[in-house]
Amino acid sequence: MAIINEHTVKAFDADLNRLRGLISEMGGRAEQALIQAMSALANGDRPLAAEVVEGDKAIDALETEVERLAVQTIALRAPMADDLREMIAALKIVSVVERIGDYAKNIAKRVALMDPARSIEAIPLLTSMSSLVAELIHDALDSFAARDTELALRVTVRDKTVDDFYNSIFRTLVTFMMENPRHITESAHLLFVAKNLERMGDHATNIAEMVYYAVTGERMEERERGEQPEDGAAEQE
Amino acid sequence: MTHDELTIANPKMKAEGVDVFYGAKQAINNVSIDVGTDLVTAFIGPSGCGKSTFLRSLNRMNDTLASARVTGKITLEGEDIYAPSMDVVQLRARVGMVFQKPNPFPKSVYDNVAYGPRIHGLAAGKADLDLIVERALVRAGLWDEVKDRLGESGTALSGGQQQRLCIARAIAVNPEVILMDEPCSALDPIATAKIEDLIHELRGKYAIVIVTHNMQQAARVSQRTAFFHLGTLVEYGKTADIFTNPKQDRTKDYITGRYG
Repeated sequence: MAIINEHTVKAFDADLNRLRGLISEMGGRAEQALIQAMSALANGDRPLAAEVVEGDKAIDALETEVERLAVQTIALRAPMADDLREMIAALKIVSVVERIGDYAKNIAKRVALMDPARSIEAIPLLTSMSSLVAELIHDALDSFAARDTELALRVTVRDKTVDDFYNSIFRTLVTFMMENPRHITESAHLLFVAKNLERMGDHATNIAEMVYYAVTGERMEERERGEQPEDGAAEQE
Repeated sequence: MTHDELTIANPKMKAEGVDVFYGAKQAINNVSIDVGTDLVTAFIGPSGCGKSTFLRSLNRMNDTLASARVTGKITLEGEDIYAPSMDVVQLRARVGMVFQKPNPFPKSVYDNVAYGPRIHGLAAGKADLDLIVERALVRAGLWDEVKDRLGESGTALSGGQQQRLCIARAIAVNPEVILMDEPCSALDPIATAKIEDLIHELRGKYAIVIVTHNMQQAARVSQRTAFFHLGTLVEYGKTADIFTNPKQDRTKDYITGRYG
């Protein structure tokens, strides 16, 4: 759905471009927040973590701005067909990106609670997992900017690897806690970090699904989802 | 979307492979479409796309132009409307028309509505005619506004009232189909909303086909939309689908305002 033809009303194109620019900026900030939060966690860098927490306000402000602009465009331009779908997708995507920003902030907040002197073996795994999640967020937003359904589909496929990471980290941390009861508090925090990363991956998938809908008008086929520790919980209890 | 979902059960009118020529110029090229009583059909498209020409071929209004020629087949309840045996006056009573500019006769409100029933001999007497006039005005949503001024000239009404009077006039002869050619383009938004509400009320009683330049209006009043471009029917579908997810690029460009 490359936009070849411009609208007869040029101001409409200007509004759409501004909307895309804002979403792109917001996505970039959320991705950056995740990378910085994980770096702060790995290095025990508290000032960097504080920066991430502070930076979340800018992400929230961008969400508000996109919502305002989308509502205004719907009211004034009465968009149709792919334009309308893009507005709806934009509204949903920014609320998802805002959640991603919140998870990054949540990870950053836990940095102050960790003892930087102690090393926990799950952290390198978490760092690899977060690199993949950051890539997925990046690609999901790129697929929105480029109207690229192929890229969007690949994001949803790759999210399965994020789920695999999560399962693996869960097991690693449980084992670690059993062996090192003194590290239970920190390990529990890291479990939440892993869960946050897993949710962020799901949100990247949500973005990809919205892109697919905006471009094609169809819903993406239900993806195959990896089994998670909590999936088996009901049976075991 | 399968073809079956779009098929209209018991179509009131069927057009098959219709071409319309003005002299040597072909205005409509091989258009086939069904219209039914349960669904309002909207024709949209840029100026000169042929939507009005096609609409007018449905009750042989094009006959009034010497150079116009229609080929293909158009049937009303299975009857070929271009057959030599077809009585055109009768046809136009069965397939009524409402035009862009309200065109009441320079007669009283009552006579405007009574005119058709009178010439078609539909009323048994004065009391019967009164009833027909009242019913038509009620159906057209105009009765409460004009019941005390039936003797006044139809041309003294407001634009929106005049248009509803024209709809009442079309309804009075018990048509099966009502064709509307840009019925609201000369009206303000309130009068337009009243006509749109009326179209909604009339749906199910008459097969309604509306030509409109106002895409929002097509979206609001119709259940089926046909997009015409350069004399061809580019896309026909459920109105909700046409406006959220059109299949053809030309349709998409037109409804999203990228045309031309």
